[in-house]
Amino acid sequence: MSSFLASLRICLVSLLVCAGGYTALVLLVAQVVTPHTANGSLVTAPDGRVLGSERLAQAFTKPDCFWPRPSAVGYNGAGAGGSNKSPTSTDLTERATKTVAEHGASAARPMPPDLAAASGSGLDPHITERAARYQVDRVATARQLPRKQVEALIAAHAFAPGGFLTSDRIVSVLELNIALGRP
Amino acid sequence: MDAILLILLIVGGATALSWPLGRHLRQAMDPVSLDGAAGRVDRWFRAFGGPLTRGDHGWKRYCFDLLTFNVVMFAISFVILATQQWLPLNPDGKGELEGSLIFNTVASFTSNTNLQHYSGEASMSHLSQVCSLMWLQFVSPAVGLAALVAMARGLAGRAMGNFFVDVQRATFLVMLPACVVLAPVLVLLGTPMTLAGSVTATTLEGAEQVIARGPVAAFLAVKQLGTNGGGFFGPNSTHPFENPNFWTNVVSAIAIVVLPMSCVWMFGRIVGRMRHAAVVFAVMTALLLVKVGCAMAWEAAPTPAFASLPILHDTGNLEGKELRFGAAAGPLWAVLTTCTSNGSVNCMHDSLNPLTGMVPMVGMWLNATFGGVGVGLINMFLYIVLAVFLAGMMVGRTPEYLNRRVEVREVKLAVLAVFAHALFVLGGTALFAATPWGQSTLNNPGAHGFSEILYEFSSSSANNGSGFEGLGDNTVPWNVATGLVMLLARFIPILLPLAIAGSMSQKRSTAQSAGTLAIDTTTFGVMLLATILFLGALTFFPAAVLGPVAEHLQFMK
Repeated sequence: MSSFLASLRICLVSLLVCAGGYTALVLLVAQVVTPHTANGSLVTAPDGRVLGSERLAQAFTKPDCFWPRPSAVGYNGAGAGGSNKSPTSTDLTERATKTVAEHGASAARPMPPDLAAASGSGLDPHITERAARYQVDRVATARQLPRKQVEALIAAHAFAPGGFLTSDRIVSVLELNIALGRP
Repeated sequence: MDAILLILLIVGGATALSWPLGRHLRQAMDPVSLDGAAGRVDRWFRAFGGPLTRGDHGWKRYCFDLLTFNVVMFAISFVILATQQWLPLNPDGKGELEGSLIFNTVASFTSNTNLQHYSGEASMSHLSQVCSLMWLQFVSPAVGLAALVAMARGLAGRAMGNFFVDVQRATFLVMLPACVVLAPVLVLLGTPMTLAGSVTATTLEGAEQVIARGPVAAFLAVKQLGTNGGGFFGPNSTHPFENPNFWTNVVSAIAIVVLPMSCVWMFGRIVGRMRHAAVVFAVMTALLLVKVGCAMAWEAAPTPAFASLPILHDTGNLEGKELRFGAAAGPLWAVLTTCTSNGSVNCMHDSLNPLTGMVPMVGMWLNATFGGVGVGLINMFLYIVLAVFLAGMMVGRTPEYLNRRVEVREVKLAVLAVFAHALFVLGGTALFAATPWGQSTLNNPGAHGFSEILYEFSSSSANNGSGFEGLGDNTVPWNVATGLVMLLARFIPILLPLAIAGSMSQKRSTAQSAGTLAIDTTTFGVMLLATILFLGALTFFPAAVLGPVAEHLQFMK
């Protein structure tokens, strides 16, 4: 019985300290120091409407926008997930065949693999820089912009996520599309 | 080149940090002197634990208290989850959870497994996340650490100590300070931390996107440090809110291994054999690096399913991976999270190339390359007992460890504990592969489907918690079976080694002689490595051939 009571006491105090005190402390730091990221890095329109989160991919299907990587969960921000298909699965081949058709890829113009592979969260906001360049023709034609201008935009927004530790540059699709929409 | 730098940064960084942390662990968990502040804190813990904390106990009492504590942990957490729909801090109105799912979840978080048959953002209120799941992520590694300290004391010939004092030390002097340091770092690097509910966005194309949020940073810190691995969101550390960028990924990966690494140094300090600890550390690191090399090499092959399509084949498999972590981050994390019993993921293991998918399974089968906080080294102790036994047989001497004889009783108990793990993994897999319980829940056909079942039982029995997540595992048979396996596989490999240490502490210390097996030499390291590999291969190789190897061969060109 004393063993049980000691357990109960220690459990309740650790609950108070570790779940209560610790959470409150981290919450305080986050909301005071980095309120923007702490609340989910939301992107808002000038009128205050929430357009999405800088961190999360959202669906883009129109030809005048850059398209993100495929999502196994339809870019659901409240139910994220990957395809969990084996990389040998014929389901994946079928899915990728559709994506290939959408992008109009052909043997003469093969597409970068990140545009065909779904991310683990289904919310990966980035594509590689070359995957963005791959879409320049479509976007520039649809927007009647010079190719050069669209490519310059990509170059301006692409970055190496780990500095000198990563050699592949990536770019945020949402950021790119918002920048495209700016006059 | 990127890959080598990343390995150096993460494995090297964690190794460097583990040395000072090991020293802190020793001072916090088993203070040499109780002068000044250490004494005040100690008196506090003893006052708080009540009359039971006055003295030191033997292994039986220690185990009894440990089990009682876990029963209370289980009960509190169960009540919170079962009543979440009526409790506060539920901004998105999360509903009732199904009974077998609650059992599975509580068993999972109590046993430091953190296998998740639910998806956090879909099922759990903020209160359940913080007060039930996050709290257990503090106290369950504390229980493991307490058990290791008790075992080390026993092997040093001392009384086992006092569980209620040890578990408070581990919670308040190790887990809590470590998280208080790590969580703000994660916050500064951009991890969300809010008690607000989800927000509905109208996307640029006019669609609705509901964005789930929550107190992620606090949860994430303890998830990684305590070899827990239970994610706030369904897809764990692949989620951009749970792992926003390259640097959170690096910091998280270091946090996964740093405490299990420090445990080795703490053990060395308590038993007073630092060179022996260094040999054990080296054996663990060797296994870790071999697995990292294999995983990275195999994952550099492009996605086989895209081979016939007009897709560039110059990049490794990207299905289930995020781009912001860099190319090498997925397989490296997959190894780290399964070497330890963490189980968080930054890429979908179900979508790893077939042979790469075997590497995390090997980690869980061996379950001793750093392993869980505290319990990893306890598992390694079982291999050490078997290694000294085999070495003793070879030269025809009574085996000894730390100057105490290892006799029939100790070896029997060690074999039993190792055998239990094999039985849970292989027995469970056989049962579910042969019945609709497993067959009707697969996300992939054939050999890969078998791998999904095998992975789930390996993960449960290793108290790891990662998964081939395509498996439709939120069913009553899966919830009950893996729940039971997690609990048994948690407590059998804690109680039996404590019994071994208890019986060894009673033995007279033998004098060192020329014939004593030296446990701080390279020879012993090789012997230990061979014992681990032979036992592991003999037990699990057939299952590996039926799953990942078969799948690989099927698609070999």
